[in-house]
Amino acid sequence: MASIDTTVSHDNHAQPYGIMRWLTTTNHKDIGTMYLVFSLLMLLVGGLMALLIRAELFEPGLQVLDPARFNQMTTMHALVMIFGAVMPGFVGFANWQVPLMIGAPDMALPRLNNFSFWILPFAFTLLLGSLLTADGGPASGWTLYAPLSVQGGMGVDMTIFAIHMMGVSSILGAINIIVTIFNLRAPGMTLMKMPLFVWTWLITAFLLIAVMPVLAGAVTMLLTDRHFGTAFFDPGGGGDPVMFQHIFWFFGHPEVYIMILPAFGIISQIIPTFARKPLFGYDSMVFATAAIAFLSFAVWAHHMFTVGMPLAGELYFMYATMLIAVPTGVKIFNWVATMWRGAMTFETPMLFAVSVVFLFTIGGLSGLMLAIVPADFQYHDTYFVVAHFHYVLFSGAVMAMMGGAYYWLPKWTGHRYNETLGKWHFWLTAVFFNITFFPQHFLGLAGMPRRIPDYALQFTEFNMVSTIGAFGLGIAQLLFVYIVVRCIMGGARADARVWEGAEGLEWTLPSPPPAHTFTTPPKIA
Amino acid sequence: MSARANKALTAKLAVVVVAMFGFGYLLVPLYDLFCEITGVGGRTGTVTERAAAGHAPDVARDVTVEFTAATAPGLQWEFRPLQRKVTVHPGAVTEVFYLARSKSRRATAGQAVPSVAPFDASRYFKKIQCFCFTNQQLAPFEERKMAVRFVVDRALPPAVHTVTLSYMFYNAEAAADSTATAAAEKT
Repeated sequence: MASIDTTVSHDNHAQPYGIMRWLTTTNHKDIGTMYLVFSLLMLLVGGLMALLIRAELFEPGLQVLDPARFNQMTTMHALVMIFGAVMPGFVGFANWQVPLMIGAPDMALPRLNNFSFWILPFAFTLLLGSLLTADGGPASGWTLYAPLSVQGGMGVDMTIFAIHMMGVSSILGAINIIVTIFNLRAPGMTLMKMPLFVWTWLITAFLLIAVMPVLAGAVTMLLTDRHFGTAFFDPGGGGDPVMFQHIFWFFGHPEVYIMILPAFGIISQIIPTFARKPLFGYDSMVFATAAIAFLSFAVWAHHMFTVGMPLAGELYFMYATMLIAVPTGVKIFNWVATMWRGAMTFETPMLFAVSVVFLFTIGGLSGLMLAIVPADFQYHDTYFVVAHFHYVLFSGAVMAMMGGAYYWLPKWTGHRYNETLGKWHFWLTAVFFNITFFPQHFLGLAGMPRRIPDYALQFTEFNMVSTIGAFGLGIAQLLFVYIVVRCIMGGARADARVWEGAEGLEWTLPSPPPAHTFTTPPKIA
Repeated sequence: MSARANKALTAKLAVVVVAMFGFGYLLVPLYDLFCEITGVGGRTGTVTERAAAGHAPDVARDVTVEFTAATAPGLQWEFRPLQRKVTVHPGAVTEVFYLARSKSRRATAGQAVPSVAPFDASRYFKKIQCFCFTNQQLAPFEERKMAVRFVVDRALPPAVHTVTLSYMFYNAEAAADSTATAAAEKT
């Protein structure tokens, strides 16, 4: 193992202190930290909105929010979680880990990296600020369907600009990651030797640069329809509101894989470590990831089976959607096969990883149910859909990020987190998550529509259970914040390897790694 | 690491980004074309009087054509078909009438948008003459009978026995004047 001489400073520039350090930093580790802190903050903001929604739905009738505010909360909860918590969270992981995993000294475009992070606080100030305008924030759902989003007040315009800014941030981040992976790999680090997390992020970055501009186009059309007399979505002027849905979901479906592929990458790092076996079927994992990404461009209309489509179209989108279950199944199989006869231990990251495999599969199966056209007419826009996408997004993406945070925190901070509290956090999260979202499957099957603040009496019990679960889930995350903060402040020293079964370049560096690493490329065996 | 290689790759990726932004806009005409070809969205066809007269009606077959009408918020019109349904032979030219009456104190303009259900039939429903081809302008409280001449193509799939033609009238000022959207919300 190459030893890193930390006494020699690689800085030939003065390092600013305090706030200026964070404003001007071009160091991938600092920027990664900022992304992750921002993501955690947004998780709490979006979570608070979710709790307001659940409080309103605790019993029938209107108690907490008036209907307009309720609609704004469902819209904002989704926008904040998707664009504020999940996407920046994964970019944070990429910033920290991609250079460390491929033996690069930093990201390829460090100044751009700083810029793409610092756009985000401004974008979210604008987005959240829309709630303070006279007409309130956007209330059309995060999908911003026309004609609803063509109406609405200034809050919608602020949302459109915020989406433009987030889009610029994600696109710049994605370009940076691609250039880093293509140009800065250590000698001998061939593409097919890259850790799977790097592979999943490379593919995600391509998805981002392919579809974020399409979203930018869609919201620009909304903007010109609202203020500049165009009629893209106005049938009176020759447009078509259904076209918005097509353009939106052309972005939207790859977007859901943008939010899950890096999670697959994190899981693929954690499971081999704690099963003490190399990842089963590495090549097939890479190809399955690429296959999922390709297919994601050809299935978008399964989000809109009920708008009225010719039978041939419904059938095509149904079968194409079901086809995605094949590469996804390959992944699930490989994770299970990696664990098979492994010398497994269940530290907190592994608990999260195993639960992601299990719970994401439940979300995948409910997704298959939704893909069945005749069944979808019953499930469309019900709580079944809400349950489905929370199983893939919370117990898939978010819990994978939490697992990843526990996995790499000792590396990043140099301290071990409190394992007992970590396990408590895991079990509280997993149990309350299921209490919150499992009953929503039943509500949806029974016909409770989503995005409505009131409901019929027969749905009361399951909604009460769900709300109690949601508050438990929310409070459990405060424990996560406490564990992370304590781990940053201090704790038992972590050695370079951290985990007994950990393999990869990042574990050859001391914990925490010095500000500048791999300034001379490491040797790859 | 070479700064030049980074710049070159960044530039290529930037081109992809710009191209995809353009592709988003390209989806608009593509969608239009797709609807035209497949009849998605109930897009109806058009045909000239002369071409329509060129074919003899298929008297052995009866098709029921139903009519519905609606007015979008923001246009103070009363708008309805003067007949609920007619029975036609495929290939025969038929004329039906709708009635529009303005309930507004000022001159108004509306644009009708047709749609045909089921979608399999929409391509075979061909209009020769229709008030939806242009904007319709009504003086305050004016009432007008509006004609549609159409032919159901003889190639209409045999499974289709009933075709529904629906019209929705939209405020035609809305597209030209963005403040009309705000006005539309108030009415």
